[in-house]
Amino acid sequence: MKLPKATLLLQDGREFPGWSFGYHGPSEGEIVFSTAMVGYPESLTDPSYSGQILCVSYPLVGNYGIPAEVPDTEGLCTRFESERIHVRGLVISDYSETYSHWSASKSLGQWLEEEHIPGICGIDTRALVQLLRDEGAQLGAIVPEGCPAPVSFPDPNLENQVAIVSCREVIRYGSGTKRVVLVDCGVKHQIIRCLVARGIEVLRVPWDYDFNTLEWDGLFVSNGPGNPALCEATVNHLRTALKGNKPIFGICMGNQLLGLAAGGKTYKLKYGHRSHNQPVRLCGTDRCFVTSQNHGFAVDTATMGPDWEPLFINMNDGTNEGIRHKDKPFFSAQFHPEASSGPVDTEFLFDEFISKL
Amino acid sequence: MLDNTLRKVLLLGSGALKIGEAGEFDYSGSQALKALREEGIETVLINPNIATVQTSEGIADKIYFLPVTPSFVERVIEKEKPQGIFLSFGGQTALNCGVELYRSGVLARHGVRVLGTPVQSIIDTEDRDLFVHRLDEIGVKTIRSHAASSVGEALTAAAEVGYPVILRAAYALGGLGSGFCDNEAELTAAAGKAFAFSPQVLVEKSLKGWKEIEYEVVRDRYDNCITVCNMENFDPLGIHTGESIVVAPSQTLTNDEFHFLRKKALDIVRHLGIVGECNVQYAFSPDGEDYRVIEVNARLSRSSALASKATGYPLAFVAAKLGLGYGLFELKNSVTQTTPAFFEPALDYVVCKIPRWDLAKFKGVSREIGSSMKSVGEVMAIGRTFEEAIQKGLRMIGQGANGFVCNKPYKVEDLDWALEHPTDTRIFAIAAAFESGYSVDRIHALTRIDKWFLDKLFKLETTYRELEVCPSLSAVGRGLFMRAKRQGFSDIQIARVFHIAEEVVRQRRHTLGLRPCIKQIDTLAAEFPAKTNYLYLTYNGTKSDIIPPYGAQTVIVLGSGAYRIGSSVEFDWCGVNAVDTFRRKGWQAVMINYNPETVSTDYDSCDRLYFDELSLETVLEICTVERPFGVVVSVGGQIPNNLALPLQQNGINILGTRAEDIDRAEDRNKFSSIVDRLGIDQPRWQELTTMDDIEHFVADVGYPVLVRPSYVLSGAAMNVCYSDEDLKTFLEMAVEVSAEHPVVISSFIQRCKEFEFDAVADQGRVLVHAISEHIEYAGVHSGDATIQFPPQKLYCVTAARIRRVASAIAAELHISGPFNIQFLAHQGQVKVIECNLRASRSFPFVSKILKLNFIDLAVRCMLGEHPLPPDIDAFELPYVGVKASQFSFSRLGHADPVLGVDMASTGEVGCIGDNFDEALLKAMISVGHRIPKGAVLISSGNALQKADLLPACQMLHRSGHALFATPGTCRYLIENGVPALPARMPDGEGDGPSAVELIRKHDVDLVINIPKNFTHVELSNGYRIRRTAIDFNVPLITNSRLATAYIRAFCTLSPDSMPVKAWDEYR
Repeated sequence: MKLPKATLLLQDGREFPGWSFGYHGPSEGEIVFSTAMVGYPESLTDPSYSGQILCVSYPLVGNYGIPAEVPDTEGLCTRFESERIHVRGLVISDYSETYSHWSASKSLGQWLEEEHIPGICGIDTRALVQLLRDEGAQLGAIVPEGCPAPVSFPDPNLENQVAIVSCREVIRYGSGTKRVVLVDCGVKHQIIRCLVARGIEVLRVPWDYDFNTLEWDGLFVSNGPGNPALCEATVNHLRTALKGNKPIFGICMGNQLLGLAAGGKTYKLKYGHRSHNQPVRLCGTDRCFVTSQNHGFAVDTATMGPDWEPLFINMNDGTNEGIRHKDKPFFSAQFHPEASSGPVDTEFLFDEFISKL
Repeated sequence: MLDNTLRKVLLLGSGALKIGEAGEFDYSGSQALKALREEGIETVLINPNIATVQTSEGIADKIYFLPVTPSFVERVIEKEKPQGIFLSFGGQTALNCGVELYRSGVLARHGVRVLGTPVQSIIDTEDRDLFVHRLDEIGVKTIRSHAASSVGEALTAAAEVGYPVILRAAYALGGLGSGFCDNEAELTAAAGKAFAFSPQVLVEKSLKGWKEIEYEVVRDRYDNCITVCNMENFDPLGIHTGESIVVAPSQTLTNDEFHFLRKKALDIVRHLGIVGECNVQYAFSPDGEDYRVIEVNARLSRSSALASKATGYPLAFVAAKLGLGYGLFELKNSVTQTTPAFFEPALDYVVCKIPRWDLAKFKGVSREIGSSMKSVGEVMAIGRTFEEAIQKGLRMIGQGANGFVCNKPYKVEDLDWALEHPTDTRIFAIAAAFESGYSVDRIHALTRIDKWFLDKLFKLETTYRELEVCPSLSAVGRGLFMRAKRQGFSDIQIARVFHIAEEVVRQRRHTLGLRPCIKQIDTLAAEFPAKTNYLYLTYNGTKSDIIPPYGAQTVIVLGSGAYRIGSSVEFDWCGVNAVDTFRRKGWQAVMINYNPETVSTDYDSCDRLYFDELSLETVLEICTVERPFGVVVSVGGQIPNNLALPLQQNGINILGTRAEDIDRAEDRNKFSSIVDRLGIDQPRWQELTTMDDIEHFVADVGYPVLVRPSYVLSGAAMNVCYSDEDLKTFLEMAVEVSAEHPVVISSFIQRCKEFEFDAVADQGRVLVHAISEHIEYAGVHSGDATIQFPPQKLYCVTAARIRRVASAIAAELHISGPFNIQFLAHQGQVKVIECNLRASRSFPFVSKILKLNFIDLAVRCMLGEHPLPPDIDAFELPYVGVKASQFSFSRLGHADPVLGVDMASTGEVGCIGDNFDEALLKAMISVGHRIPKGAVLISSGNALQKADLLPACQMLHRSGHALFATPGTCRYLIENGVPALPARMPDGEGDGPSAVELIRKHDVDLVINIPKNFTHVELSNGYRIRRTAIDFNVPLITNSRLATAYIRAFCTLSPDSMPVKAWDEYR
């Protein structure tokens, strides 16, 4: 099969020539990279990628195709992290048109096409990663041959991406004696699966819902895309919840929002952490974990209130990987204990949370 | 934190290279020793493999060239009194020895702590019953195996699990004694053999066709645990992982599958309590999510060496540090130097490992591969597409392939059979099947290879077809040309399509601006800046990661490529030492090599490492970027040597001896006329193309003759023929004689001594030399011969003549650098049989015995330093070195374990003694001989050989050994006053117990079987005796000179009385 040409265009005019696959149409967004070697169906459907064009540094992508998605009885995805693709475009090196896996129902290209997401292959992804690493995340576009190049590059971080991907109404999952309210900033379904599987009733509420009006045993603040500073409504509701003593657990965006509610500040990382091999250390111990990560912002722990302390620290660059309240059962992780995709070494944090309910 | 009570640590090496245990342990041991040295801990190494890098000066503080056996190790412990011992860096040999020392209480008695993984954990992984039990405890599925200690028990177990079954021997390296059995008869035969190696066999359900996946896991004593790499076998389960094409990372696993297996691996390693490195192998069902753990290796392994090279994560180095008490978080990632060692490498390339087999060298060996290892080496290729990596790899194995396509026609009678039955050439059967129009589905049905791999291979066939329909190279558009290069097509492959020269393709490619990029292997897929010098070339990129520092004085040293029979760890030693000298002299030294089992491909051993092909195309591309002052072709064996002339013709400066002169030595005709002109004697020879000419020549020189065909149909490449009948059979059966494929015939001189002359010359003047002496008469390949240095039985006049001839040749060929000449000597007269203007196999041996680094001197000559001749005389040495060969016949089922003109050994050892007997005995024990306590079985060949062996038989008798002998030998011994018991020939001739039964029942401790001549007669009596000895693990000697020397040595000396002395104590 001969693929049509396409160009990856950066805001400053630099171009990377390649071939178009998936949807043949233009798309722009913030270009970010991930060094994960597996898990493209999970990554593409991760709402945290909303607004972003994903460059996968591992060159061989599409090998095992795309599985058929059959939601479970709760209405949760079983193979994906949400009902649709959230990345705005996919940048890879070597695309496997032919795939091989017992669970596959279509190729990556077919899926992208169905969901109107353009892909570009034949890119020197290593060179692009180096550029993003040295100069920081860039705005750019995938422009297939024959399509018009965008005239402007709006920064998705200026939009409230959380508002775009969050649910619109309260949804109930699972059953059990304990109830957890899950604040949906763009939640990955695996997080809900992790809670439901532990015999918990989950109430998934929109990002700006005043959960303080509900009855709950524990509060969970989910992952989500973009700049945490734009989620003022969630932070305000959290401040109220922090006055109480009921357990609170946050992941990724949840960590940042908890940090903001605790009086701290967040800042944008140069190029973020997106990979399956981020080492974190449990503060004050010799225990280290390999974690899955996908975030562009971080909590500045120095700015947090005196009741708070770091829980995990990134062993590569020393950035914050989790915080906790010194006395109350509030804690959060910047990485993804639910994995999917990535290593599952920190799933015990869910048990930790549930044991506190 | 570092355990401060450790001041001295003992490390066990793996001994000689053998099938299943090769150069990877030189690499892991060297890394461990480096880690210890960095901590200021004194190191003691026991390893008789004198050709390794780890047994070089400056790596360990004390080196013992002694057998890695419990008794010798115990004596070293008594002497050195170390506080700790490492067992996991010397393969199965070190592990087994360590477990024995632990069980016998030796370690406890001497207060020696096992560092790293506790011995009990090792035992838990080695004993299959314990292993299954331990994994049951955490609900991890294993392949149910039923232990059996008799053939009957094995049959019962098989009936229970159902055929097909796999049979494994416990405590065996590389799957020795393993095999698939489809029925009772096959199982009975296989179990009989396995019990010779192991008191226990295991019968398991066969999972043929499942995927095979491996994880390399690291754990510290704080219970922090990571997987450094996972790998997927291209070949489905059923083929030993050492025999499989392997890719890293896995390609066909989803995220869930990848992390499901990863999590299990961590659970297993934590539960077993590993501290250091560990390998977990899985069978994984292709049609669901079922799995079984195949095995766990609680030590560094071939896979861990591969994983280290595939990721840049120095597993052995880190494992050693963890054994000393460190946590992973306390160690740095040695590539970035800023991030910690606690992380999992992210790759942005794919690697492909391909085994190198040498089955063609053995007559009678089945070409089928399976659950037991037969390969002798491996290559690793790096690319940014699978196609690029595998095509590079198929060229690297050096068996004449240009890649996956564009090869010589693959001749096979039944293609379906060739696809269904894995052999060393199955990958080419797949290519042939595509060419004959087979679909991916059909090939998958026959091979069970995952369709993902087959689809990718089919893309290569597609590109080949697209190229083929182009009328000429100039009609190939830039797009197609680029695609071909991105899929790893070499210029030669493209040249073959159009029947043009490689040169033309290269020029066209350059015109089109198609050049490879240089990419780094940095462990983190470019996420963090890395200063790594670990590089490879790819066409799947638009930007190079590095620009070499111009202006710096750079040299490129070409490595040796895949280990194979005839080219092994000794050339790695040469390469590493050459690089060391260059760097010491202030040069930037660049290494090119692609063998993951080597130290030369350790990226911190040189200034820049290109893990890539040793082809003209690749070396020229690297030269374009590096702009070296020159290239060294003389320290990596024959592969770089062959590049001398083409590189020189492309304007590259060859360091040392000029390329034209190398060619004059390599070209048989040119060299012969030089030798004639210099008045030097050589055996008469001629290159012939017709049977008539051959008959005339043989009539003139007389039998026996040595026949060297240029094109081999089957069996061994060289042969000695003793009669018209021999010659006819050989020429008709095994070779093709034609103008295109001439045959070289030379007169073969019997009962003649052979000497090696290893030397370094400076502008035609011999600077230093070493003459070593073969114990066997000429006719045994120099790579298989037992060699003593300094020579103990060399006439002064012979030595003088050898020196004179060598000087004349060195002057004539203007040699500057290393060279080797092989001589025949008979009654004071010498003849030259071979001359190589490069380092030889024996360079590390003679360098270490003389304590004078020949490579260092050679490099200084190449640099024009004109070093002074060292003041050293081998004849002044008050000790002797003996180099003995390691054979791996036990792994090569049906091969005739007889030595001849073609090399058969896979490795070697070199031991030192105060006298010849002592050195020989240590060397023989090191290559697996067990000194006989009881009876010896003798068949002593023809009349002359019987006479040769008589004194040794008398000695055996006097030392109290009972002698069994086959009819002729028995009569001869009794006639000559040596009491002997008769043993019946396998064909029934003679009286007494059957010779084969004596071996099977281990009623004899040593078999001496001297073939009557060098012709191979299948299924002859001799063959059956020899093969039974191999299959039932009874030591065998097939040469009367070696047998005599060995018998004299063990009748004179007992191993316990031999002094245990470190290398530096021989002065």
